[in-house]
Amino acid sequence: MPSFVNPEKCDGCKALDKTACQYICPNDLMVLNQDTMKAYNREPEMCWECYNCVKICPTQAVDVRGYADFVPMGASVVPLRSTDSIMWTVKFRNGMIKRFKFPIRTTPEGQAQPAGGWDNKPSIDGPALYTEPESLGLPAVWTK
Amino acid sequence: MVDFKTQEVETDLLILGGGMAATGAAVEAAYWGKQHGLKVTLVDKAAVDRSGAVAMGLSAINQYVGLRDGQNSVKDYVDYVRNDLMGVTREDLVADIARHVDSSVHLFEKWGLPIWKDEKGGYVHEGRWQLMINGESYKVVVAEAAKNALGKENIFERVFIVGPIMDGDKCLGAYGFSVRENTFYVFKAKATLVAMGGAVHVFKPRNSGEGQGRAWYPPWNAGASTFFTLKAGAEMTCQEVRFIPVRFKDAYGPVGAWFLLFKSRATNAFGGEYMVERKPELDNWGAYGKVKPIPANLRNYLGMLDVLAGKGPIYMRTEEAIQKIAAAAGDEKAAKKKLKELEAEAWEDFLDMTISQAILWAASNVSPEERSSEIAAAEPYFIGSHSGASGAWVSGPEDLAPKEYFWGYETMSTVKGVFCAGDASGASSHKFSSGSHAEGRIAAKAAIRYIVKEKPAAPVVAAAKVEALKAETLKPLATFDEFKNATTQQDINPNYIRPKMFQMRLQKLMDEYAGGVTAQFTTSKPLLEKGMELLAFLKEDSEKLGAADLHELMRCWENVHRMYQAEAHVRTVLFREETRWPGYYFRSDFPKLNEDDWHCFVNCKLDPATGQWEMFKRPILHMFKQPGDHELLGG
Repeated sequence: MPSFVNPEKCDGCKALDKTACQYICPNDLMVLNQDTMKAYNREPEMCWECYNCVKICPTQAVDVRGYADFVPMGASVVPLRSTDSIMWTVKFRNGMIKRFKFPIRTTPEGQAQPAGGWDNKPSIDGPALYTEPESLGLPAVWTK
Repeated sequence: MVDFKTQEVETDLLILGGGMAATGAAVEAAYWGKQHGLKVTLVDKAAVDRSGAVAMGLSAINQYVGLRDGQNSVKDYVDYVRNDLMGVTREDLVADIARHVDSSVHLFEKWGLPIWKDEKGGYVHEGRWQLMINGESYKVVVAEAAKNALGKENIFERVFIVGPIMDGDKCLGAYGFSVRENTFYVFKAKATLVAMGGAVHVFKPRNSGEGQGRAWYPPWNAGASTFFTLKAGAEMTCQEVRFIPVRFKDAYGPVGAWFLLFKSRATNAFGGEYMVERKPELDNWGAYGKVKPIPANLRNYLGMLDVLAGKGPIYMRTEEAIQKIAAAAGDEKAAKKKLKELEAEAWEDFLDMTISQAILWAASNVSPEERSSEIAAAEPYFIGSHSGASGAWVSGPEDLAPKEYFWGYETMSTVKGVFCAGDASGASSHKFSSGSHAEGRIAAKAAIRYIVKEKPAAPVVAAAKVEALKAETLKPLATFDEFKNATTQQDINPNYIRPKMFQMRLQKLMDEYAGGVTAQFTTSKPLLEKGMELLAFLKEDSEKLGAADLHELMRCWENVHRMYQAEAHVRTVLFREETRWPGYYFRSDFPKLNEDDWHCFVNCKLDPATGQWEMFKRPILHMFKQPGDHELLGG
């Protein structure tokens, strides 16, 4: 309920070192049932519908059903996230379907360099942070 | 009850949290820590890739000053923030963030965040300070840099921080527990950087069933920063300055793009525009009613007056705005193409950061180019990084702060060695995601400087103290275990209260007595005093919280954190005898702005040893001497 798991598709991430949805849920909601080896949302009324469990699931077993206390039934919003973009399929209650694709990042996954290529040698005493002043595009950090 | 292992971790700088401020702190601290041979450790209650308020993504960066292109000055930003907060802001803190924030935004772009560009290669602005982004993976990208800088071995995920370890007025670090295995954690540190977000679900949410989780700000922000700093004995500020966002009704989809980028109007059910029709009301709010842009809380207030007058629903006129822009694009073909573009932009705005709103639109067959959508005021939240201001009272930077606001290290609270960033530091609103990252960096550098210069001794925590903290932390598990078989239904048991009902008790009293949604955001001295009475009972009963497992143990402590945020709020609203932010709360017994007596900060302090609260005023001091318009604007 807000996020729910299709038991046909969920394999408990048994081939992986961790259960993906359980690993990622920011609110500690997704949990693996050790008996059935299927994941479930243990506290649906604390779900933000952030979709992180949906996006990360390797078998696309997780989906979201709009909050039952105010959302009319029948719609679905389904993402397909790749390494550089995300495709959304929005299905309306009246059957209309819309698709949208947006970029999500411009660099290869895992490659973010903390210094961003800037090489400064600021002092521990002044206001300049480790990439400054170059990362500001200014000759010096502004002061009064 | 099962045995819990105790894990002690020694470090130099301890970063608490994993959101924008904490990841900013991580990249900065990693650099300076390496230079000075210091160890840096980060503890997050979730997974850093998707933790904090940006976990879902964002469709805009709300603070970019544009210093390199001369678009704005630091002073411009300070003026904007001070005006929006009705004159109550720490100019030195806002200026410090404003002079660094562009640097963080430029880093995000290098790390891989797609920022919209115009034909000339410049950033596309949503508004004066806001940039449009493809932000689905905003947090993932920022977390990646933090993890690459710090190293996975220095990051603890799924460890919930309960509170500070104190020795008198000295903070020795933090304690908490794993929500995955039976382990109690003791982190000993020479300096601690608090960045555990703001607080949601202190007030009753509008959505009452399954949709309770659909607060505007995420439900996992549960007041840990406030609890930590209060319990460390730190002075707190602006605890009355809650934030109530007006958003698309029920699912709380963002309105920024609609108001700023698409220039949409908001009207009542009869087509009247409250911002036009109720303009004279602005004259009642001193200089702040005259500034541009009109402060967020005053805009809220004018809309609320329409609702109170029975003129709702209030609508965002999406169809009108989209058609107008499309028509301006040229001939029919160009207009059609523009319409398609705007439609995608409108949906991305939701899909990037509030997917629920996309579901709600689809489920209600809403096409924004054809039909208006309702907007409404949400419930109150504590979020010092946005248009609220609650947080710890921290030192300003040496080169900007008036001497009364400077005590050695920027962003350090009044407790030595305890630094704060993001929602944890107060009176420095409008830092949003980017400014919180920048403030995390400022705080981390200052904390490392503190360790290098002050050379604090390695903290020693006595074994007896560790055992006492452990017993206190795990008490809800022990209580539940002891009494769970006393009845046939584990939820109904006279010996304990489970965290869910405890949370509802807190929310009900805050809603009804401290000006929540059902009280039309209105309160008074008698109501607040009654609320205090009920809070006292709740506090006593917090000793009887019961938890069946680790997840519920976390919920117990989250709600204790919320309860302290609630008490700080009620006491401060009670102390400030005026109404200054009518669109955030209204004191019916003091319904007017009172510049003579209340143009000041209200600060508070809890004595952790005695439990006594102290309430007091602090003067608002200005950083910029030159502007004559200052006086006009409430200076």
